[in-house]
Amino acid sequence: MPEVKILEEVCKGCGLCCDDVCPEGILILAPDRINSSGYHPAMVTDMEKCKGCGFCYMVCPEPAIEVYK
Amino acid sequence: MKKVFSRPGGLTDTLMRYCPGCGHGIVHRIIGELLVELNIREKAVGIAPVGCSVFADEYFNCDMIQPPHGRGPAVSTGIKRARPDCIVFSYQGDGDLASIGTAEIIHAAARNENITVVFINNAIFGMTGGQMAPTTLPGMRSTTSVKGRDIKKQGYPMKICEMLASLDGPYYLERCAVDIPKNVVKTKKALKKAFNNQINGNGFSLVEILSMCPTGWGQTPVQSKRWIQETMSKYYPLGTYRDQSKEAE
Amino acid sequence: MADKRLMYGNHAIVEGVLAAGCRFFAGYPITPQNEIPELMSIRMNEEGGVFIQTESEIAAINMLFGAAAAGKRAMTSSSSPGISLMQEGISYLAGADIPVLVVNVVRGGPGLGNIAPAQSDYYQATRGGGHGDYFTITLAPNSAQDLYEFPKLAFDLAEQYRTPALLLADGLLGQMMEPVEFSFKPIDPESLPEKEWALSGCSGRERRVVRSYDLKPGKLEEMNVRRFEKYDIIRKKEQRFKAEYCNDADLIIVAYGTCSRVSGAAMRMARDKGLKVGLLRPVTLWPFPTDVFADLSKSTENFLVVEMSCGQMIDDVKLATECRSKIHFHGRPGGGVPTPPEIYEKIEKILGGAK
Repeated sequence: MPEVKILEEVCKGCGLCCDDVCPEGILILAPDRINSSGYHPAMVTDMEKCKGCGFCYMVCPEPAIEVYK
Repeated sequence: MKKVFSRPGGLTDTLMRYCPGCGHGIVHRIIGELLVELNIREKAVGIAPVGCSVFADEYFNCDMIQPPHGRGPAVSTGIKRARPDCIVFSYQGDGDLASIGTAEIIHAAARNENITVVFINNAIFGMTGGQMAPTTLPGMRSTTSVKGRDIKKQGYPMKICEMLASLDGPYYLERCAVDIPKNVVKTKKALKKAFNNQINGNGFSLVEILSMCPTGWGQTPVQSKRWIQETMSKYYPLGTYRDQSKEAE
Repeated sequence: MADKRLMYGNHAIVEGVLAAGCRFFAGYPITPQNEIPELMSIRMNEEGGVFIQTESEIAAINMLFGAAAAGKRAMTSSSSPGISLMQEGISYLAGADIPVLVVNVVRGGPGLGNIAPAQSDYYQATRGGGHGDYFTITLAPNSAQDLYEFPKLAFDLAEQYRTPALLLADGLLGQMMEPVEFSFKPIDPESLPEKEWALSGCSGRERRVVRSYDLKPGKLEEMNVRRFEKYDIIRKKEQRFKAEYCNDADLIIVAYGTCSRVSGAAMRMARDKGLKVGLLRPVTLWPFPTDVFADLSKSTENFLVVEMSCGQMIDDVKLATECRSKIHFHGRPGGGVPTPPEIYEKIEKILGGAK
């Protein structure tokens, strides 16, 4: 089961991964919390749907994403 | 389960301080991956410019030098001629390469120096607060073109790949972008080619990369990536402008 | 018996640079030192080194930055307007503590000036001509023999202290022909020790960074303070000068480069006429030989500073003597070269005639 891990303290909440990048559309910026830098980190809404394609990782400038397959 | 994508060994552990959504981070990561995949990290000497990526000397996990604004191609020439076994790459923005450093990049290309140049084109001066760059589009606002770039008074933007392609010297010139995953993949392919050219002693490679600058453009990261897709890449078409390996075939 | 040849000063520099084990030259043509890149383009290739005629002096100093940061002995030569262009690069080299050799064959200025010899770049050379707090070791040759020997001394000092070094010559020294003895065994560049700060690819070690900046609060201040502690050591240990007939002198001529040769002749004219005149020739302009001036000013009434400029080194003479003595000046700016009789006339006026 592929999995994506968001490094919440590294994420700057830019939202690039949350746009039309994920083919399954399972990434959003967490509306209910901010990290210690004040950003809303990205989060996965439905890990079951993750295909491990890595598109989110590709567009992440930090990188704040790890992909497991 | 194994980790298939994570922070590459060619980057240090220092977190990058670029703005959210800045294209620098994506390109740094690609180079970090290539330094390991091509097994050149321990031979590499990178040149950090003056500009937002002046801090690149903290981020690339290899020997680094930080020279004066625009002089990267000259410093790269000095290092490469003194130590031909090193893999030398000059990482530059549009102020560094297309403004103050135009003489140095043209002559390094004309000499077909066996170096790899990574040219980040975000059509604006980032570090100094968003002034007009030689690559700023006509009508585009900046802090020194508040009503939009006026062609009559401020001239036309510079298309670096096209310009360098007029020289006989350079071996490989390509323009890419890091707005969408497909283009990020193509950027990595181009940079891999550019590094391999140096490894094989073919000569001068430059990869120009259209990159987001949300802060400079006054946009969100997502708006910035769309602006590259819809506007910037129309003015600066992506593609190969010189590839002597193909011309030889 | 060492090899001895009649050569141009500019050519003596080329041979001296190669004998010092330097195998990297990058430079741009400018009169009156074009003979340097011209001969270098032939000799560097013969010695298997790197010769690059650059697009500008700006490119040249930056190519040096690269080659020297990679741990190799590297040099460039130029003349006054080109040296002005290099100031940014020299500031970066000083700020990153990287040794290089820059030769300035000085011509008349300011601006485009002319192509005649001058000494009007003294301030630029000795006061850290670019931005920021720094100095560069500055040597003043006065013969083709010096031009052959000083590059080795310059590289040795530059590497020992990790600082750029300048050779301040002038158009006359560069263009004249004199016998040069190949007085030392040429250094094999392979025999030069590896530098533990050089960029060479981080195989088997931690990565290295060469840079001249630090934005963290207090760090740049620290860097500057440490650099000036280094300069203090250089000032104590590396002052060099040549003194002739100074101990009993009523007047000491102070001159370097071409002016020291002319002044030597004037001094001998004066001594022939019974006047007690000496010659003090600074060989290091930075560090200025302040100690010997401090000493001699206690017992010498007059110093006559002779320069091919409107007066630049005279400031250092005043500082070093603390104006204990009377400091006089004779200058020929804009490409003028003094003659022994005109200096002798000045001496006569100061000392009140021949005895």
